[in-house]
Amino acid sequence: MRKHARGLGVAAAAMLLLAACGDDGGTSGDGDGGGDRPQIALVSKGFQHQFWQAVRQGAEQAGEEFDVEVTFEGPDSESEVAQQIDMLQSAIDRGPDALGFAALDSQAATPLMEDAASREIPVIAFDSGVDSDVPLTTAATDNRAAAALAAEKMVELIGGEGEVALVVHDQTSVTGVERRDGFVEYIEENAPGVEIVDIQYGGGDHLESTNLATAIIQGNPNLAGIYGANEGSAIGVVNAVNELGMAGELVIVGFDSGQAQIDAIRNGVMAGAITQNPIAIGYETVKAAVQALDGEELPETIDTGFLWYDATNIDDEEIQAVLYE
Amino acid sequence: MSDADTTRSSTDTLTAPEHTRTRSRGFVGRQLQQLLALASLIALVLFFSVADGNFLTWSNITGILLSTAVIGILALGTTFVIVSGGIDLSLGTGMTLCAVMAGVFLTTLGWPLALGVLGGILTGAVLGFINGFNVAVLRIPPFIVTLAMMLIAQGLALVISGTAPIYFTDVPGFTDISRGEIIPGVDLPNAVVILFLLTAVGAVILRKSLLGRYAFAIGSNEEAAEISGVDVRRWKILIYVLSGVFMGIAGVVLAARLNSAQPSLGVGYELQAIAAVVIGGTSLQGGKGSVVGTLIGALIVGTVTNGLRIMSIPQEWQTVIIGLVILVAVYTDNLRRGREGPMTR
Repeated sequence: MRKHARGLGVAAAAMLLLAACGDDGGTSGDGDGGGDRPQIALVSKGFQHQFWQAVRQGAEQAGEEFDVEVTFEGPDSESEVAQQIDMLQSAIDRGPDALGFAALDSQAATPLMEDAASREIPVIAFDSGVDSDVPLTTAATDNRAAAALAAEKMVELIGGEGEVALVVHDQTSVTGVERRDGFVEYIEENAPGVEIVDIQYGGGDHLESTNLATAIIQGNPNLAGIYGANEGSAIGVVNAVNELGMAGELVIVGFDSGQAQIDAIRNGVMAGAITQNPIAIGYETVKAAVQALDGEELPETIDTGFLWYDATNIDDEEIQAVLYE
Repeated sequence: MSDADTTRSSTDTLTAPEHTRTRSRGFVGRQLQQLLALASLIALVLFFSVADGNFLTWSNITGILLSTAVIGILALGTTFVIVSGGIDLSLGTGMTLCAVMAGVFLTTLGWPLALGVLGGILTGAVLGFINGFNVAVLRIPPFIVTLAMMLIAQGLALVISGTAPIYFTDVPGFTDISRGEIIPGVDLPNAVVILFLLTAVGAVILRKSLLGRYAFAIGSNEEAAEISGVDVRRWKILIYVLSGVFMGIAGVVLAARLNSAQPSLGVGYELQAIAAVVIGGTSLQGGKGSVVGTLIGALIVGTVTNGLRIMSIPQEWQTVIIGLVILVAVYTDNLRRGREGPMTR
């Protein structure tokens, strides 16, 4: 018994230490809470991913431009819904002047949205919406329209007929759902010759997505193309096709950007991909928050834009500006 | 474990010379256990072959083996820890840290391939040593030690990588560690060859070496092992170091397969590895287990996952079914042990 008690004591101390470190690491430029400049706290879906680093860059850019203090934090992975809710809670508890929030789960955060509303903290949703009336606006890619463009390119590239499959990151987030449905709906409405044979979810995890793409390809020998709905999913498909020695035999259409995806497009394994404009997402979120603090009227949604890129236009200035590596 | 059980095991070791006793009973039990696991695996393969014509093709079989490789290698190493009565929750993120370190050695520091790979593996050994030291010398429960290490490794992987993936595109030959085919004429990725080689090495260490024998002794009854003159502290540390080496190898194979070290990867992989160990017949209470069983356990998980995917079973159900497989595996194991002796050992 005594041994256990000591063990727990050490564990508790370690936890406290880790918790203390964690709080510091997750936020940036926090700590002087009571400065003159308005505080805008952004809780994203992640922070280590290149995409979220680009969002952060845009947010900080706007922070400088409008002279506001921007903090940015996010959970370790895009499946850590509970961790994100904790971060949101502590962000609200810090009492920022405005809040930006990218929900991992569109419903899990509703009670906290009410909490923010009751403290009269204006909330701007970014990247994906929340199931709540609280956010004044949503600065995001129109994922459904973007996925439809991916589907259009896929249909074009496989010549209007054949079997296709989808590797999606998850079935709970708005981006997961919309990027799947936008793609599926386009095919159903516009491409009678194209059949969707499988949809699987890999959590955006590279290894998991690689393994499941391999299984999909094995299970569907007549497959003409695969669509990967985010960076990890698309790279998983590329890995699977490379490992099976089938590069060039399948049309791969991706979503998002990143070094590996850019390489795959340059060397012809991936046909092309949709890129969002993460810098604009961060920038527009902070800008909308500033406008809200100034009492300005905001539109219901702010479309931050998307673009198709492939080997022919990847070096264009317009594309290079929104590709994040 | 109950007091009665402790007493029983102590008398075991007192009344009969330890090795002959465990050998004679353990051998039959072990064979039966592995045969059962193997039979389940064969039954699964038959089932999926009949259910879907695309399952039993050479390229799908190698696909299953390849998807088993990383988790399988992790699981082989953790078999030792679990046999000795411990647990390792730092496997997944520790593996990721090893991959990141290999990335730093090979890209940022520009070390030669062999040295960088060795560095990645040694990182695992160091993590294992720290785990072992905390468990054996500071006497902190393994669950807590490795839980803390899980967080530390995850954080360090993010810090060291600067939160961005490290790519091995400019390291010639690196991806061959996983994707290349070293055996001429046989279409088998190196990751799979490494998995099989390590299974053989692991099985020999667990069955034939002093470390293996002491792992069983410590897992069966730590006090008895101590009294019989086993330097429990030293061997426990070595067991975690060995598991760390496997973790390092898994990290390198993972990085080679993805051609990148993804610092956010790894959470949850430890549970998949532990599941493979348990399905393979190793007791979470220690003292019983086998490396070949773990390989079969990992292959069962890989086969079920792949088979359900090939059949396009909705993913929600795949997860449920894998959970059921774990339950059934442990339940049948308990039934069998119930016949052998009073406890679930």
